[in-house]
Amino acid sequence: MKISNKTKVNFYDFIKDLKRNKNLYFMILPILLYYLVFHYIPMYGLQIAFKDFSPAKGIIGSPWVGLEKFKEFFVYDSFYVWRIIRNTILINVYDIVFGFPAPIIFALLLNEIKNSFYKRTLQTISYMPHFISTVVIVGIILDFFSRDGLVNYILKTLGIVKEPIAFMSEPGWFRPLYVGSGIWQNLGWGSIIYLAAISNIDSQLYEAAIIDGAGRLKQALYITLPGIMPTIIIMFILRVGSIMNVGFEKVFLMYNPLVYETADVISTYVYRKGLLEMDYGYGAAVGLFNSVVNFGFVILTNYISRKFTETSLW
Amino acid sequence: MKKRSISEALFDIMNYMFLGVLCFSMLYPMIYVIFASLSDPIKIMAYRGPLLKPIDFSLKAYKLLLDYPMIWIGYRNTIIYVVLGTTINMLLTTIGGYVLSRKNLKLKNPIMFFIVFTMYFSGGMIPTYVVIESLGLVDTIWAMILPGAVSTMNLIIMRTGFQTVPESLEESARIDGANDWVILFKIMIPLTMPTIAVMILFYAVGHWNSFFNAILYLRKRELYPLQLVLREILIMSDTMYMQTGVSDAEDRLALTRLIKYAAIVVSTVPILCLYPFLQKYFVKGVLIGAIKE
Repeated sequence: MKISNKTKVNFYDFIKDLKRNKNLYFMILPILLYYLVFHYIPMYGLQIAFKDFSPAKGIIGSPWVGLEKFKEFFVYDSFYVWRIIRNTILINVYDIVFGFPAPIIFALLLNEIKNSFYKRTLQTISYMPHFISTVVIVGIILDFFSRDGLVNYILKTLGIVKEPIAFMSEPGWFRPLYVGSGIWQNLGWGSIIYLAAISNIDSQLYEAAIIDGAGRLKQALYITLPGIMPTIIIMFILRVGSIMNVGFEKVFLMYNPLVYETADVISTYVYRKGLLEMDYGYGAAVGLFNSVVNFGFVILTNYISRKFTETSLW
Repeated sequence: MKKRSISEALFDIMNYMFLGVLCFSMLYPMIYVIFASLSDPIKIMAYRGPLLKPIDFSLKAYKLLLDYPMIWIGYRNTIIYVVLGTTINMLLTTIGGYVLSRKNLKLKNPIMFFIVFTMYFSGGMIPTYVVIESLGLVDTIWAMILPGAVSTMNLIIMRTGFQTVPESLEESARIDGANDWVILFKIMIPLTMPTIAVMILFYAVGHWNSFFNAILYLRKRELYPLQLVLREILIMSDTMYMQTGVSDAEDRLALTRLIKYAAIVVSTVPILCLYPFLQKYFVKGVLIGAIKE
């Protein structure tokens, strides 16, 4: 993913290159157009965060209001602001603490399975939930975790609870359910990349370790884990880099006003305020705040990682 | 090799069992839903707990579900979005990946930066909506296709795939007078079929499961993809219009649940049927795109 190796391009060289590679430049044109229209024009459109936007006047025609929308957001709606920021960050922190190591552990354990038929069967099954749509996943969660659903039945039968738990309307249960179902869905799929990294480790290292008397645990700790560390770090940077982006889809499908207290995140708030209540400028302001903080996280984690581990995105 | 110690044997047993149980917990919800959907509505209503087979086999839920026109409309629209969307995705991704994999392109790095930057910073939901709206795409099928016409991640994977093709093949083709289009379609694509297959799978599954763009950009029900219809049935429990002939309240409740199970099966089975055939390519595809320069 690195895009370094800077080459200086002067104008004369560029014209020559344009002539020589005119086919290639012609080919890439639609792709550049796509990025321009659907990614860069919206970035340009972010200025509506500083405007009193009305669709009739358009992006350019709407009058500037400076930081009015941000003031509205941070001062008048501060109760909601801190709630959505807290929820966004907490859901992510839980997901990083519990969700991030899960596929790594799964890959390490799977790597210890020597029966290749069993191993392949486990892998095939474990990828499957990744291909089920979010709507269906949430549909299954709603059914299994309802008051008279399967989970409450099992908990009751095992004597863990006396009264059925109202999972979907209790704010305290939202995060565990969100993160837990995410692990369930992505455990197998997420492990692919680590399994691939494990298979790239030089087998001589293991042979040498066995001669030195290392058991399976020591091999896993001192060879396999360090061997996949660069992959882990890259995945970690990417994960931390999207800390302000909780998947809108699943929260949107899973939450209801009863659990807004713990479930409402920045993107769902932007959707409700910006699109449902049609306050475009306000929605764009909240979104801009989110994008900037997120961008900061990417830069920061990349910087820290480059400094301490020599692994980085750029 | 020396004999395995007792603790290692114990670890193996625990590990085999633990992973077995874990994977069973991933499979079982689907099995449960399938069994439940094939059960008798009243019996399943009274039944609690795990299912090991359907209770009094019945296809009533499927009959009611498939009599509901929105399911077919959703199915039709989703197929249109998958086919048209994936075609456009693949055209742009292969062409873009090819261009960006050429070494002698002077502007390659600036273009890469232009593209990759969008992975880290975006205008966000509202400005994007304003752009889509002002282009007149709201309530057209293009709102489901154009905003996601290229996935940056997939573009990078494709580019890496093309980079693995030996340069000498391209050179000899050029000597024979082949231009870039010929090289791309006659040499590059045939040689990277596994990567192409993975890309098709990723895009197609993405379109099949997508509902976010539909929520944002579609109001007309006749454009709804299957996932939005499913959302009405599964999340909003909106199944009453399917049960006009059912009068008893208890029956209605039972059927609502059952129709949900049937809807899950009907919408998920096509994807899961496709999946074993393409599974062998996953690892390769994910690996190529991941860490390599």
